[in-house]
Amino acid sequence: MAQIVTSQRGPVTGTATAKKKRRPFLLDLYSTAVGKKYVMGATGIAMMGFVLFHMIGNLKMYAGAADLDHYAHFLQTLLYPLAPKGWVLWILRGGLISMLFLHLHAAYSLTVMNRHARPVKYQSKRDYQIANFASRTMRMSGLVILAFIVWHLADLTFGVVNSQVGEMVAHSGDEESVKAVYASVVHSFSRTPVALFYVFANVLLGIHLFHGAWSIFQSFGWNNPRFNTWRRAFATGFAALVVVGNVSFPIAVMAGVVG
Amino acid sequence: MSNHLKNITLRIWRQAGPNVKGNFENHVIDEITDEASFLEMLDILNDKLVHEGKEAVVFDHDCREGICGTCSLMIDGQAHGPQRGTATCQLHMRQFKSNDTITVEPWRASAFPLIKDLMVDRSAFDRIIESGGYITADTGGAPDANLIPIPKVIADAAMDSAECIGCGACVAACPNGAANLFTGAKIAHLNRLPQGQAERYSRAEAMVETMDEHFGSCTNHGECEAACPKEISIDVIALMHKDYRKAKFSNRKDLARG
Repeated sequence: MAQIVTSQRGPVTGTATAKKKRRPFLLDLYSTAVGKKYVMGATGIAMMGFVLFHMIGNLKMYAGAADLDHYAHFLQTLLYPLAPKGWVLWILRGGLISMLFLHLHAAYSLTVMNRHARPVKYQSKRDYQIANFASRTMRMSGLVILAFIVWHLADLTFGVVNSQVGEMVAHSGDEESVKAVYASVVHSFSRTPVALFYVFANVLLGIHLFHGAWSIFQSFGWNNPRFNTWRRAFATGFAALVVVGNVSFPIAVMAGVVG
Repeated sequence: MSNHLKNITLRIWRQAGPNVKGNFENHVIDEITDEASFLEMLDILNDKLVHEGKEAVVFDHDCREGICGTCSLMIDGQAHGPQRGTATCQLHMRQFKSNDTITVEPWRASAFPLIKDLMVDRSAFDRIIESGGYITADTGGAPDANLIPIPKVIADAAMDSAECIGCGACVAACPNGAANLFTGAKIAHLNRLPQGQAERYSRAEAMVETMDEHFGSCTNHGECEAACPKEISIDVIALMHKDYRKAKFSNRKDLARG
């Protein structure tokens, strides 16, 4: 029983010599699932870098209010006076926002594609062998993290729900006053529901990274018998590092170590 | 020494055709030797159904020795059943116990439209093979054996991928209905060997993009590797992704020249 399969992407050339008008390179790559996974991985790496340095930077709060506030001031005035105050930070933020957008768009379009690939579900219960909780819940953990990012920005960056954001403070030896970041963090985590949501979202971030950080190697074709056993260890270690560091902040505030 | 299993309940998917509604149907096998293969058990059931004047259960099968890739059953939620590295035809009743209820479903994927009962059309795989699963070879007299030197490790790795029998268990097991293990195995087989180098990058590009037309996308669950009757490793998927990336660059350079 011959089946007529209709092409959705148009005929694919068997040879590289065909003179076919092509889309711009990046769009052409992005049009395929494998290309989207490359984008997913690359944006994932960029955001992993952010998450790691965000955590490391915030460890400054254990060094005291002045250290954290001066660190925040350093970020605000990055490359000043070469660049105007705040510009470099906004360029970095712009990069992160585009990374997030691309990550979300790739995830959305791949999800749509996967739904189309199996319109009729299995009618009996599946018995998964290898797929784990992390890999099966990437979409859910991702959406919770997205919601958390929105809340987190509203809370500690823009101060929509935090009266301490925007307050200025002068530490001993300061010539001019800097933003009171330390005080706003303490104010934020003194609210128990906020601290709990923060912990919950960060555990989900860890679960997301446990699969994502491993998955990058496969998506990028970084597969070598010499380091394959390290791929899972890297993902686990990275996820654990980020979660332990991040979760320690609200716990420290709640326990009174910081504040 | 054979033992007998008693009172096996089979929950089998029955569907008269592609566009009609299907449902599970229960059949009881009163007694069967544990030496029977799963397909032999279905044969016995079909004999009984025919004697009773009912319609036999339609299922795919051919060589029954695990090398043709025709058999295709989702048994108790696992492609090719509970035994690792085995096609359905090599699954024997000794894997089950008396009084078990065994659920049997067809592969489910939009690229594998259902024909009847447990039989699906897997010709989407042929579309992928057509687009790049070949090499250029000279015609004429047979060349001397071992004319092209191939390192043993390369030959072994290529053979591991060439084991793929194209049964579709990877697609069936994949939560996304992706065919990356199948396509990866075919690409890894040919792209590793000297004979496959001429079309290496055009093959990678064409096969991946043909795959895209029919199947879902890989999210690295690893279910395909667990379901594969030939235990092909997801390493082939990484190799395919790498060659696809290289193909996009090198094919594009070639196009720019032409």
